[in-house]
Amino acid sequence: MDILLEMLEKDARLTPEQIAIMTQKDEGDIKAAIDSYESRGVILGYKALVNWDKTEREYISAIIELKVTPQRDRGFEKIAEKIYNYPEVKSLYLMSGAYDFQVILEGKTLREVAQFVASKLAPIDGVISTATHFVLKKYKDNGCVFKVPEKDERINSI
Amino acid sequence: MTDYSKKLSKTAQSISPSGIRKFFDILDDMDDVTSLTVGQPDFATPWHIREAAIDALSAGKTYYTSNAGLTPLREEISKYVKRRFSLDYGKDEIITTVGGSEAIDLAMRALIDPGDEVIIPVPSFVCYGPIARLAGGVPVYVDLDEKDGFTLTPEKLERAITPKTKLLVLPFPNNPTGSVMRLPELEKIADIIEKKDIFVLSDEIYAELTYKGRHVSIASLDGMRERTIIASGFSKAYAMTGWRLGYTLAPREISVQMLKIHQYAIMCAPTASQYAGIEALCAGDEDIEYMKAEYDRRRLYIVNCLRSAGFECYEPLGAFYVFPNISKYGLDSESFCSRLLYENKVAIVPGTAFGSCGEGFARISYAYSVKHISSAVEKLADFANKIKNERKL
Ligand SMILES: Cc1ncc(COP(=O)(O)O)c(C=O)c1O
Repeated sequence: MDILLEMLEKDARLTPEQIAIMTQKDEGDIKAAIDSYESRGVILGYKALVNWDKTEREYISAIIELKVTPQRDRGFEKIAEKIYNYPEVKSLYLMSGAYDFQVILEGKTLREVAQFVASKLAPIDGVISTATHFVLKKYKDNGCVFKVPEKDERINSI
Repeated sequence: MTDYSKKLSKTAQSISPSGIRKFFDILDDMDDVTSLTVGQPDFATPWHIREAAIDALSAGKTYYTSNAGLTPLREEISKYVKRRFSLDYGKDEIITTVGGSEAIDLAMRALIDPGDEVIIPVPSFVCYGPIARLAGGVPVYVDLDEKDGFTLTPEKLERAITPKTKLLVLPFPNNPTGSVMRLPELEKIADIIEKKDIFVLSDEIYAELTYKGRHVSIASLDGMRERTIIASGFSKAYAMTGWRLGYTLAPREISVQMLKIHQYAIMCAPTASQYAGIEALCAGDEDIEYMKAEYDRRRLYIVNCLRSAGFECYEPLGAFYVFPNISKYGLDSESFCSRLLYENKVAIVPGTAFGSCGEGFARISYAYSVKHISSAVEKLADFANKIKNERKL
């Protein structure tokens, strides 16, 4: 049921009942499909997209490019595992091109992030080099533009 | 002091302003109202289409175009109506207009002589009668019934035709009822039209928003092309209401007459909008499908919510409106809607705004997010329960 995934990807707060009505399916079937997606790891979670810049909380994110030497028997997997197990790591991608891993880190301060790179990422076995880029401003994330929703400007009309 | 009523056009003065304006004025002055009244898409025009207009402006496309509109635009309209509705119109049978609204005006003015009767099925969009009158015509309203799914039946049409009948307005998919007319129903209408030798103005502005099957244009039926003018446009299909871009499709003889009227009264449709229109037609089919799928889900959702809340609601198969029957609550449509507005802060449009036969109904638009629809219908259900208890129904 790809349509179910598409609908939830756009709005995770839709209830199984609402989805069932909108797709003319049985609510029980929708629930079962969602359960199955969850247990198979197709649906990994449901989260609010937060713009921390609008809150009091101190917040910074950075993109780190890592070059590594793949290990003989397990390729990149072992190094990846070491990296993604840190809760500070928000995303980790294996990349084609000039470097191997892209790490997205979030922390409270610039110093905290820099510290993490120096003391946790750089020393990992197989890591050859790191390049850290701090995010100055987010405009769009996960398909959402960072702006206040516009008021409905449509006039009442027949 | 000038006595304007003596000086101003009798025809203009005799046209009553849209009755719903008063209701909308009240609504505009209220805070915290959850509205389900708008008659336009909630999507912004897709970005690539907006960009085409921006590029046109940057490139200095700030002049009039030819009266009928840019040739590439008319060529694309020609391909589009062929592709999506199997209609054959050459570029000299297409006039681009200032919205579907102007297309309707052109059709009426090109066909009507003083005293000609124009058959207008109601409930329907409010412009047909006044435009017919401004062209010197006489509107003849035909009340449609819920039991016929708000379609025009052959019997009703036949009863309305007189020797003076010139034109039938065919407003499907329909605003406000959401009804559509399918091929078998259109065939019966077409037979009568041919037999009685009258013309059709087919308002197909909502053609792309047809659910459970595709829209069929009456012009695609045998013998109908020569006596049909199609009024359509970009407003609803591409979420482009503010761009003011529409078109007429009609045989050359009719188009020639309409083009003169357009040439003297309008000159041409907005140039930047015409460039946006080309982009929409060339690369916008997916946008249409996306928005339509979205509307369709909301349609199923709102009908279900209304029925669960106890409303009798026929299933609309076009546009983005539902037209529930509210007569069982024992209030006339206007009282129902104004009490709903004042007491539960939800705005819907009384059916009577679309003709007196809309009494007992209300138009609800679902051109809103699911979240908005859901909270509005909840309040609507509370109100209905209150009325039920009040009246011990
Ligand atoms: C049935 C119908 N026809 C025509 C129009 C006019 O649309 P536009 O002039 O924006 O193309 C509308 C607008 O709401 C409508 O509902």
